[in-house]
Amino acid sequence: MTLNAELSRRIYTDMWRIRLFEEEALRQTSLGSVKGTLHTYCGEEAIAVAVCAHLRDDDYVLGTHRSHGHCLAKGAPMDRMMAELFGRATGSCRAKGGSMHIADFSRNILGANGIVAGGIGPGTGTALASRIRKSDQVSVVFFGDGAAARGPFHEGLLFGSLWKLPVIYVCENNGYQQWVPRKNVAVVDSVADMAASYAIPGVSVDGQDLEAVYEAAGEAVARARNGEGPTLIEARTYRFYGHSLGDMEEYRSREEVDDWRENRDPIKLFSAWMKERQWLGDDEDEAIQGEVAAEVSRSVAYAEESPLPEPEDVLTDVLDTEWRVSA
Amino acid sequence: MRTIALRDALREALHEEMARDESVFVIGEDVIAHGGPYTVTQGIVDKWPDRIFETPIAEAGIVGLGVGAALAGMRPVVEIMYVDFITCAMDEVVNQAAKMRYMTGGQASVPIVIRLPCGPARLVAAQHSQIMESWFMHVPGLQVAAPSTPYDAKGLMKTAIRSPDPVAFFEYKALYVSEGEVPEEDYVIPFGKADIKREGEDATVVAIGGMVPRALEAGVALEDEGYDIEVVDPRTLAPLDMETICESVRRTGRAVVCEMDSSFAGTGAEIAAALAEQCFHDLRAPIVRVGSPHVPMPFAEELVNVTVPDSAAVCDAVRKVMA
Repeated sequence: MTLNAELSRRIYTDMWRIRLFEEEALRQTSLGSVKGTLHTYCGEEAIAVAVCAHLRDDDYVLGTHRSHGHCLAKGAPMDRMMAELFGRATGSCRAKGGSMHIADFSRNILGANGIVAGGIGPGTGTALASRIRKSDQVSVVFFGDGAAARGPFHEGLLFGSLWKLPVIYVCENNGYQQWVPRKNVAVVDSVADMAASYAIPGVSVDGQDLEAVYEAAGEAVARARNGEGPTLIEARTYRFYGHSLGDMEEYRSREEVDDWRENRDPIKLFSAWMKERQWLGDDEDEAIQGEVAAEVSRSVAYAEESPLPEPEDVLTDVLDTEWRVSA
Repeated sequence: MRTIALRDALREALHEEMARDESVFVIGEDVIAHGGPYTVTQGIVDKWPDRIFETPIAEAGIVGLGVGAALAGMRPVVEIMYVDFITCAMDEVVNQAAKMRYMTGGQASVPIVIRLPCGPARLVAAQHSQIMESWFMHVPGLQVAAPSTPYDAKGLMKTAIRSPDPVAFFEYKALYVSEGEVPEEDYVIPFGKADIKREGEDATVVAIGGMVPRALEAGVALEDEGYDIEVVDPRTLAPLDMETICESVRRTGRAVVCEMDSSFAGTGAEIAAALAEQCFHDLRAPIVRVGSPHVPMPFAEELVNVTVPDSAAVCDAVRKVMA
């Protein structure tokens, strides 16, 4: 599907949903309501929304420790996500996962993942399942550039290519592996170049440019659905906030961050792109942001009104204790 | 009843479960060629060529794909050629398979069976002879099976495949060719049900996996000395049937716990500690553990023989608790 006005507005709305959800979560952290740490996706929104715009409800998505964006873009309910961050019993994972493990199996969001590259093998495995069942579902695995250093990245791509599985590997290269610039620890600049070793297409795109990501993802999803195998997409992007909460950000300059925020903000860029085409007016833009802000407020109210987990909940969900074997 | 080898019982379980449920599939190294080094997956490719996947030597990928396929509703049976190699896929086992149900608040089910051929067999030294059951027992969310007979192997494998949660399935390589009676009809053995392999009155010998036949040999040898031992095989280590073990120890008043692996922080340590907590006042002698010294598996046969406990070591332990 080509980007039209209606789809663009939906995508644009989703970018704001991610941005405002996370900024509210950060605020709630400072108020003490959101517990634990947060790895925010702010600055990278174009990637999740552009990729997920090509997906059906039954397609699989696996994420990273920085996956609020992937979950929202694939349709996870915001109120339950906020409740999870608040540690409430109504949360996406009933307060057992937190920010790094949000999942919604009813929408085939098979989970954020706290292990770098942890989703690549399982994501490829979901594609193997689709192959065995002869379904035309595709799987998308999101990961950061740090994942490309780990064995499971290489093994996952090898399997995906060997069996031509319907999987799209989306590397969000934000230039930093926690606090270390990629250039200090990587031997090839572009993760997309690593696709050559596995005989699959590797595409590098500007991750701030929604249209570019949308087109690359469209081709990759079509290839996968047609049985032509995996694609590795590298989307060059940037983290507006630190790696996680409490990051002193001594490894990058204020000027660098300001430059990206001012000139390379994917939301600003896409807003301008739509306005050039007369697909978005200033009033509409304001209305979208207002609606999203209201949705975020409702999610906070939902979280605040939700009960805390009960102490006995700690012992459930380890195994399916209801299950009994029978001959 | 007919008699077959343990590896044939496992193969039969796989074939029956694959015929029964089309979501079951096999993935691993060399699983098509010769049916794997142990022939357990033989014949599957002829019947279900689209449900057996022979892989590159990439254990993290193999288990990782298995976890994903399981999350998507399939029932993968993964073969890791030697349990030693599972260390290359520990993230996939521990952080992905085992924790997924809990982390997602009960949304995820990971019905994966990871077959782990283990223990000393030929002289293949430290990186091809480990056992490692206790590593997996320690991880919440994993089930651990360790059959000692062909009958148990088939029944436990069928349960493992049908289970909605991950199973680390230990296959003692030295027992693959040991024979026993196995029914041809469908049967399953529930997890967490120990089996009394020999009844006796004087002492309870809890034996795990490859130690079960050695404990039974010890039982025969000790008859001459007038000792009548009971041999309890837990069959699954997680869940662990302490009820049956405790019931036996309360009757005999004496306990020996045997494993092939290093005793230090091992399976026997958990069982002995639980016995001390639950049966202290029934014990007429201190619990004795039998296991390997805390060393990697050596190469030379003379060294292996003094590492892995044999039936004589079980006899010595029984004499100690009887003294």
